[in-house]
Amino acid sequence: MMMNCQQATRLLSEAMDREVSLQERAVLKLHVMMCSGCRNFGKQMGTLRGIATTYAKDSAEEGSSEGAHGTSDTTR
Amino acid sequence: MNTEPTSVSESNSPAASHLTDPAFLEELRAQMLKFARLQLPDVALAEDAVQEALIGALKNAASFGRRSALKTWVFAILKNKIADLHRKRQRTVDASSLLSDDDEDDDINSLFDKKGFWAVDERPTAWSQPMDSVKNEHFWRVFETCLSHLPENQARLFMMREFLELETAEICETLDITSSNLYVLLYRARLRLRECLENHWFNEGER
Repeated sequence: MMMNCQQATRLLSEAMDREVSLQERAVLKLHVMMCSGCRNFGKQMGTLRGIATTYAKDSAEEGSSEGAHGTSDTTR
Repeated sequence: MNTEPTSVSESNSPAASHLTDPAFLEELRAQMLKFARLQLPDVALAEDAVQEALIGALKNAASFGRRSALKTWVFAILKNKIADLHRKRQRTVDASSLLSDDDEDDDINSLFDKKGFWAVDERPTAWSQPMDSVKNEHFWRVFETCLSHLPENQARLFMMREFLELETAEICETLDITSSNLYVLLYRARLRLRECLENHWFNEGER
């Protein structure tokens, strides 16, 4: 069965949170091979994680510059 | 809860003196508060968490000679406090309120066509050298803005998962939601965050 982009991206996101099965991976791979949008999306999942990790780590480590990351108007 | 590493306490180490330097302490407190407020809905709760983390830090400050090491460690304590508070809120959080964003499906669905393939203008583009952005102060402003535009529950789950690095099982247990609920909310958060960063940073100037 052919997967659509909505299903593929859902699974690419879930792959950040759980083990995906062999079968899921196979179907996903088939889709991603043919779909540049989902291929980019998949890479960006890893990038998002890297960005978030850096953000949390820098908030903890950043030294003398103003505040954790500059602006202070992001609080709700 | 065992949040602080134990160490021998001793009052006149270098790090202990950092913590008695009012300017350093005030700056540190402000940074911690900002971090805590991103993740806790309630200002008073955030201030309490920061206060407790600082007190905890004072007890063991002797273990740290360098300011940066001390800071990292104070933030580690703060993260634990925040995670604790999320755990305590478990009983008071109405799980259904966490999940009541079905109306947002429209928003997400507009990214895809009727058959579930990317809508013409929504197809993700390649980001060039994405991790170079983290060196750019302006990028962090965009990131924080995108984060603050997420629906609150999605933002909170995303931060629990990616900032506090909690395991999914722990988040589900804490908030009393199922793993499939969690996956779908994280999925929505990532879809939106990705789109926001693409439109306002990575493809900025190309449109």
